[in-house]
Amino acid sequence: MTSSDSQPTDPGGPSIEEIARTATLARLALDQEGLEAARTDLTAILEHVALLSSLDVEGVEPMPRPHDIVNRLADDVPGPVLDRSVILSLAPAVEGDFIAVPKVLGEGGA
Amino acid sequence: MKMTDSKPDSSNDLLARVDDFKSGRISATERVENALSTIAGLDPTINAFHDLLAEEARSTAKELDATRERGDDLGPLAGSIIAIKDNICMNVGRTTCSSRMLEEYRSPFDATVIERLRAAGAILLGKTNLDEFAMGSSSEHCAWGPVRNPHATDRVPGGSSGGSAAAVAADCVDAALGSDTGGSIRQPAAFCGTVGFKPTYGRVSRHGLVAFGSSLDQIGPLSRSVRDAAAIYEAIAGLDPADSTTSDLEVANCLASGPADPARLRVGIPREHRNDRNHAGVNEVLDHAVDRLRAAGATIVDVDLPLTRQGVSTYYVIAPAEASSNLTRFDGIRYGHRAESVPGEGLEDLYARTRTEGFGDEVRRRILLGTYVLSAGYYDAYYKRALQVRRLIKQEYDSAFEQCDVLLGPTTPTPAFPIGADLDPVSMYLNDVYTVNSNIAGIPALSIPAGLVDEDGEKLPVGVHLQAPAFAEADLLAAAAALESLLAD
Repeated sequence: MTSSDSQPTDPGGPSIEEIARTATLARLALDQEGLEAARTDLTAILEHVALLSSLDVEGVEPMPRPHDIVNRLADDVPGPVLDRSVILSLAPAVEGDFIAVPKVLGEGGA
Repeated sequence: MKMTDSKPDSSNDLLARVDDFKSGRISATERVENALSTIAGLDPTINAFHDLLAEEARSTAKELDATRERGDDLGPLAGSIIAIKDNICMNVGRTTCSSRMLEEYRSPFDATVIERLRAAGAILLGKTNLDEFAMGSSSEHCAWGPVRNPHATDRVPGGSSGGSAAAVAADCVDAALGSDTGGSIRQPAAFCGTVGFKPTYGRVSRHGLVAFGSSLDQIGPLSRSVRDAAAIYEAIAGLDPADSTTSDLEVANCLASGPADPARLRVGIPREHRNDRNHAGVNEVLDHAVDRLRAAGATIVDVDLPLTRQGVSTYYVIAPAEASSNLTRFDGIRYGHRAESVPGEGLEDLYARTRTEGFGDEVRRRILLGTYVLSAGYYDAYYKRALQVRRLIKQEYDSAFEQCDVLLGPTTPTPAFPIGADLDPVSMYLNDVYTVNSNIAGIPALSIPAGLVDEDGEKLPVGVHLQAPAFAEADLLAAAAALESLLAD
């Protein structure tokens, strides 16, 4: 362990409550059966991932990407953009020149 | 449907057919019609294709024929027929990623690799089937039915680029593009008896590739010979302003000097890659390849890659984490599937119902896994640790390449398995045990067909896997061409 805020999952795997919380974060609507299936799958996968906990990684710098490549900055000038009509043609719901979405704010407003 | 052999055959490869076209032995138009006829006969069985781009292909062929007639310059791939994995954007037809989420999605732009193939004179004939969003090793997780292996239609072609591999193996096209995040070009190439090449991370632009694991994804060719793979790679590789992770290193003419001299090759055999967990026939094919190299004068050295098995664990933290982030864009608002609206429903509900309807089981599983390992309380234990192990894996390769020029092992532990084998997720993921670490370290790797094994009365292709240091594609392809030649004798 390299940080006190982070603990590996209980050997029994994530709880149903944790799976439900994760599904909410992932914007997935799972029913009870879906949650149970996900718990079974994630438990088996995380058990395999636990192979990593036996390795000594003390002092090893995390490597988020291969090689030491860095993003190149582009000149701050306008480039080609898609025409508005093209963008609107891709949208599943349109009202006039706008993409239609459900009400964003709750009844009380914000 | 039976394929006759799984050995490389450069007399029947893409470059031979380019030569046929350029020398006037056949027109591009005839080539397109022949390919469409082959596909019409075979694809109802193997299901390698989503949309065929017949009119686009006919139009390109007509232009190529006219160009040749005028005596104008023709590109290096002129008259070749290439299929495109359906997670690479084209401004014609649909780009579905084999997902209900993108069932009707039509990209308004071409991926950089598409622009470059067109500029090289290739005819792009269709979009190939894949595991949804490139997540899978069997091409069974497809919205519109599984792909079948042309060598044994009751078996999988591998995945996720299974449609591309099957289309090449069945001779529907001269070559195909795939994408490889953990073995998705090389594993189906091995299962279908084709060459499959994943270049170094950063060599080929990912602009227009629908993102799965952004630090792992790389586009590459599936082909009938190593020289074809080199030719396609040279056409698509190189710096692209639209992908800031592409390298500005020069792309060499990889086979300008022909195959490598085996007597000057140091070939490392990872001890961890030849073991009793492999199918016995896979080990025999590998041993045969090693014997041929040794007999030709190559120096064979045993090397250690002790983190081989931990690679799968590392991958199944990093890749789902990146996928869970990349796939947040599919929310039913700007493009793609949107769930039917329900009166009184808010935006969050719409997101969740849209994503649950639009994504299949495997994609939902990986999004959940990725979200879990990135969530507060687990980030360090899983994600950060996996990134630390990633560095250890890279260091392990660096040590191995001090002892050898290329590494050689099996591409997969087994030949193609039956469709519907219903492997549990971990067993399925272990198909990639020899391929994922190339993506984790970002190095180039390639599978070439090396023999056949008997399995339940069927003769199934087996591939061997070559890996080289980052940006050493020229050395890797030259070594692969040498081995290909030795195996063809």
